Amino acid sequence: MSDLLARFAECAFWLARYLERAENLARIIDVNESLAQESRRAEEWLPIVKIHTDEDVFFAKHASATAEAVIDFYILDRDNPNSVASAVHMARENARMLRHLISTEMWTHINVFHNELRELTPSDLRLGKLSALCFQIKVHCQTHAGITEGTLYRDQVWSFHELGKCIERADQTTRLLDIKYHHLLPSPELVGSPIDAGQWNALLRSAAGYHAFRRVHPRGMNPATVAGFLLFNRYFPRSVFVSLDLACGLVERLEDRFALTGGGSVASLKKLRGGLESADIAEVIKCGLHEYLDSLQRRIIAITDELGSNYFGHGGGAVGARKQNQCQPA
Amino acid sequence: MSAAVNPSVLAGYDPGPHYCEMLGLPGHLSGHAAPIRDRLSHLTFEALQQRTQAAERELYNLGITFTLYSGATSIDRILPFDVIPRVISPEDWRIIETGVIQRITALNLFLHDIYHDRKILKDGVVPSDLVLGNSAYRPEMVGVDVPFGTYIHICGTDIVRDETGRFLVLEDNGRTPSGVSYVVENRRMMLRAFPDLTEGVALRPVSDYGPRLQEAMMEVAPQGNDDPEVVLLSPGVFNSAYFEHVFLAREMGVPLVEGQDLFVGEDDRVYMKTTAGPALVEVIYRRLNDDFLDPEVFRPDSQLGVPGLLRACRAGKVTLANAVGTGPADDKAVYAYVPRIIKYYLGGEAILANVETNICREDEGLKYTLDNLEKLVVKPVNESGGYGITVCPKANKSQIADCREKLLADPKNYISQPMIDLSVCPTLIGDKVEPRHVDLRPFIVTGRDSWVLPGGLTRVALPRGSIVVNSSQGGGSKDTWVLE
Repeated sequence: MSDLLARFAECAFWLARYLERAENLARIIDVNESLAQESRRAEEWLPIVKIHTDEDVFFAKHASATAEAVIDFYILDRDNPNSVASAVHMARENARMLRHLISTEMWTHINVFHNELRELTPSDLRLGKLSALCFQIKVHCQTHAGITEGTLYRDQVWSFHELGKCIERADQTTRLLDIKYHHLLPSPELVGSPIDAGQWNALLRSAAGYHAFRRVHPRGMNPATVAGFLLFNRYFPRSVFVSLDLACGLVERLEDRFALTGGGSVASLKKLRGGLESADIAEVIKCGLHEYLDSLQRRIIAITDELGSNYFGHGGGAVGARKQNQCQPA
Repeated sequence: MSAAVNPSVLAGYDPGPHYCEMLGLPGHLSGHAAPIRDRLSHLTFEALQQRTQAAERELYNLGITFTLYSGATSIDRILPFDVIPRVISPEDWRIIETGVIQRITALNLFLHDIYHDRKILKDGVVPSDLVLGNSAYRPEMVGVDVPFGTYIHICGTDIVRDETGRFLVLEDNGRTPSGVSYVVENRRMMLRAFPDLTEGVALRPVSDYGPRLQEAMMEVAPQGNDDPEVVLLSPGVFNSAYFEHVFLAREMGVPLVEGQDLFVGEDDRVYMKTTAGPALVEVIYRRLNDDFLDPEVFRPDSQLGVPGLLRACRAGKVTLANAVGTGPADDKAVYAYVPRIIKYYLGGEAILANVETNICREDEGLKYTLDNLEKLVVKPVNESGGYGITVCPKANKSQIADCREKLLADPKNYISQPMIDLSVCPTLIGDKVEPRHVDLRPFIVTGRDSWVLPGGLTRVALPRGSIVVNSSQGGGSKDTWVLE
């Protein structure tokens, strides 16, 4: 079997990232709707703009962060690269390039998903329908994951697809947590209030983590236990630790099965996982959760760049690095 | 045929004065399609329409689309598909099969000759300037030997049928012909949507096109490697035939690459950039035109090609399929000489006749064309996709005047042909079955030897009376059934 084209490795990586991103956008919008319902403040939809650092682009287009404007911006707006429509469109473009390497079932499903989104109109985004729409988006993304699990040939394409999924999920879970920070920021007196507890509850549910959390913490719910759970839990599939741990397993598989050494990116991934393994949530909160999440996001971006030069041939250097360079031109 | 209760699909169908692929000559019911007619008669319009809708939805979900360019915008569309098949008898197929193999054999000999000894030019059989002055002639290929003398590995030959049922070759497509993916996909869809139509009828299969092509590609690899790496080189996702490139790469089981994925090393070999570093490539099935292949030799602004590719090809380190410089063989002006080319190299008459062609670069041809313009179809010699054609018998006065002006301004850019009364096929149009004109593009694959995919792409002109079948001009397709 010949090695995978570097370009296709990257397409597989981003195909998974974009669909994982679409799923998490749906989760973020869904949880924000819950948080907004309980909040009595104006601009309760602004946090979504903030966690994506989209203030400049958003306010160039919209006067204020109304529910309609933010929801449209993050679901339908094709000009916004961080919208569900853009993410699914980009996923489809990557799938199109990978079309000959992925299964027909994967491709057909992405097409159906893409076509459904294209048929949406602003009236489908009204608050009464929003939750159902977010549910539908999530189910489509999960269907993709299921079809992939059941049909994608497990060569390098599969490894890079899964790697993209893990990296994106780690990043998105930090953003999901961060949204809570932005909701509470203007009113620190609410910390520990019933509203606060309700918000942590909603956050956990949006990550599909409420029941898992209860198994670990049968009683009580506070910032430390919830944030600690979403960041460091060893078994929860959406925790940052589990996502990065899986990513480490995938780069190891690339080395064992295909003799691909990821160079610096593998070292950085393992270092970050090690850091999470030994981190203490009390310490994190003392130093500032938001700042900690910010630094995690920056490290994940740096790792993506390293993966680009180690596997995808970015930066002009030689593409990839095999232990024995048996394929170098004479 | 009793069709009293449920009006059957073919009841009331009248092909008029045309040869019909389902019924035969006007007034003489042909036996070859009888089993299919019989099965169709058990279907109602409603069933036919429902199954058509299901088939089209499937194409849409599968993303089997082509891209239509109109100015700066592009639209993804599915190729309209008609579910009533075009049926070819074993006898008719034998004529087509032997005819196109004879033709491709002669054309490959012709290409070898014009890039080596030029005997056919010296003997005055084909005018020298028509070949050597042709913009598609590539002096870079002079003296270059290609494995088995095969230049055109994949050929799509456009064939029509006149009102007497005689097959005529309209043109050869020996550069980067497309359309074969529809042949295979149409069949898959028909077998799923109409199992009752094919039950008990022995059809020649089309599903092994990919493996056959892959085998031919392996055969033409440079000497010395039993397991050469074959790749398909595509211009990329924005190409209108990208879906087909994907389809073929999958069917052949080869990497689908773009120019940016390949490079030519110091050793004149071609490599692709993989996750594990450079990997040797020995055969390239390229779906990129000559002009874009190598910016070092052809268009320097090409972002799609691979610098040095022609160098690798000339050094015999890589085989390109089709070879560089096949253009003169399917040129619309050279076309007129193909019967003589066949006779020159193979010594016999052409099994498949040409459509009578007037070459406007010759005074006689131009004069005849201008004198008889209202009866003729005028084609530019260097266009494809049906662009630039004037069908004078169906054109209005100002279009004909326009055509005359263009002819006079640049006669050597045109040929003219009599209008052939193309054969028709029953075709579902709204809630009626009506005759529509069709052509046929069989695909010939040549490595060491030639093989013809049974059937080929039947294109159907959907507007009433139209004879332009190109997808860019409102054409659709049909499944083509060659009976055993």
